[in-house]
Amino acid sequence: MAREATKGRKAVLTVVAWGIGLLIFFPILWTVITSFKTEAEAIASPPAFVDFHWTLENYTTVNQRSDYLLHFWNSVVISIGSTLAGLVIAVPAAWSMAFVPGRRTKDLLMWMLSTKMLPAVGVLVPIYLLARDTGLLDSRIGLVIVLTMVNLPIIVWMLYTYFKEIPGEILEAARMDGATLSSEILYVLTPMAVPGIASTLLLNVILAWNESFWTLNLTAANAAPLTAFIASYSSPEGLFYAKLSAASTMAIAPIMILGWFSQKQLVRGLTFGAVK
Amino acid sequence: MGEIVLSQVKKSFGGVSIIKGIDLTIPDGEFVVFVGPSGCGKSTLLRLIAGLEDTTSGTISIGGHDATHLPPARRGLAMVFQSYALYPHMTVRKNIAFPLRMAGVPAEEQTRKVEAAAKVLNLTAYLDRRPSQLSGGQRQRVAIGRAIVREPDAFLFDEPLSNLDAALRVSMRQEISELHQSLRTTMIYVTHDQVEAMTMADRIVVLNAGQIEQVGSPLELYRTPANLFVAGFIGSPKMNFVEGTEAKKHGAHTIGIRPEHIDIGADGPWKGKVGLCEHLGSDTFLKVDVEGIGQINVRAGGEVRLRFGDPVGLAPQQDKLHRFDSAGKAI
Repeated sequence: MAREATKGRKAVLTVVAWGIGLLIFFPILWTVITSFKTEAEAIASPPAFVDFHWTLENYTTVNQRSDYLLHFWNSVVISIGSTLAGLVIAVPAAWSMAFVPGRRTKDLLMWMLSTKMLPAVGVLVPIYLLARDTGLLDSRIGLVIVLTMVNLPIIVWMLYTYFKEIPGEILEAARMDGATLSSEILYVLTPMAVPGIASTLLLNVILAWNESFWTLNLTAANAAPLTAFIASYSSPEGLFYAKLSAASTMAIAPIMILGWFSQKQLVRGLTFGAVK
Repeated sequence: MGEIVLSQVKKSFGGVSIIKGIDLTIPDGEFVVFVGPSGCGKSTLLRLIAGLEDTTSGTISIGGHDATHLPPARRGLAMVFQSYALYPHMTVRKNIAFPLRMAGVPAEEQTRKVEAAAKVLNLTAYLDRRPSQLSGGQRQRVAIGRAIVREPDAFLFDEPLSNLDAALRVSMRQEISELHQSLRTTMIYVTHDQVEAMTMADRIVVLNAGQIEQVGSPLELYRTPANLFVAGFIGSPKMNFVEGTEAKKHGAHTIGIRPEHIDIGADGPWKGKVGLCEHLGSDTFLKVDVEGIGQINVRAGGEVRLRFGDPVGLAPQQDKLHRFDSAGKAI
């Protein structure tokens, strides 16, 4: 029996949905509001929502004290670099797992996923030492390599599920038509998987942008991305909530804008194949 | 040259033998149809010829050269798939041009060949559309176009019409036959539909359980089936089989008589009552319950006025009787 969509029911659902949405969004909203307060107002109790002295002072201070553009650029290079490197490795890997699976393919996929369950701190020392000995500590290249490795299982898994949806006959047709393996992947498989690849790419950029464990532990001044930029406001001279909020707002703004404009693509990508 | 020779071709998947030693020679320019029930190995055999599967043993030679271990693209064959297998992100033009592009053919020549193929297949108006904007029949024509432009030594068709509706199937069947008439290229066509096999083939290969049951022209198979399987598979409605005393009278274990070779009247030797009666206008299909024999299918003229329960006598035409021994082989 189809449920009746009465006006009352719709109104309740709308209110509940907005409520949950606001609840999830509240910390971000609070951060943005706090970034416009003075330090005293930021810790005042009870806190003010709108009724305070709006100021851009925190942004000015943050920009004077640190090089936002450098950190921004580091974030861009690291997140996009690690995503592209991951794709170059994952596309052929997912191709072989989806179209020429072996007896151990399923196990291999599970094993790759299981590496995500390992606490990162467990391999911090060896990776730190490796980075130090190879001169990759506090370098963008080093972080690109580490983040590629960290996110590779997710990229392979996502691409694998998209590729599984593509009928094998089309690839066989390409083979009959004289396509070599590389042209089969380049001209037939990849263009057909574009929606899947795009959402994998987006999700991975977001994951890499937000990654803070490795970026904090393997960088100092030169390669520090925005996560390290936020962290630099959190401890040494006590907590300055207003400045920390301003730094946070500046750090998350770019990725939020990207997420906002690509939300359709992201949702479509993540639910791809779930409904036929 | 498109002569294809299979010798002792075998294929097994994980210990299960699917193709059990096939010997077959397909002369250049012939239209051969592989027919058989599902799971008989006909599609696997086609894929072995195409190179999409590797043989377990045996050799395949195409145009006089050993092709057993050649990759699909170097065998000089083109294939049309059941699902059409068009590239959904490319226009019709690019789909048809794809094999030429892969072969490094110059752009002007690609355009010329694609347009020529489109003209033959009535696709000129659709060249800039995507496959999703075409009907099933048009998609199948694009798939054929993609095969034609390669100018292959032989065409392979893997149940190309089974996704189309009945009316379209008939017209596409005729188009493919006409294409064969004009190109005179070797064609191998896989189907489970014996009507397609009968109407299109120069020669039919009847497959069952990974083996060839019989090879012959459509009429040869119809007139002189080598065994019970072929007798029952070729012809529609199916041949009637009778065992027991009635068969012994003819010195056989089983006798077979086609529904169209039974005269129906009041005084035939097989007495029975009309069961189901289907009037098609041109023909009438009757199921007659014959005493001591069982149900017999009869094909009578369109004007026969018989109804459920009417008593009839059936007279099988003696020169059209097929006799089989206990192993099912024709005597």
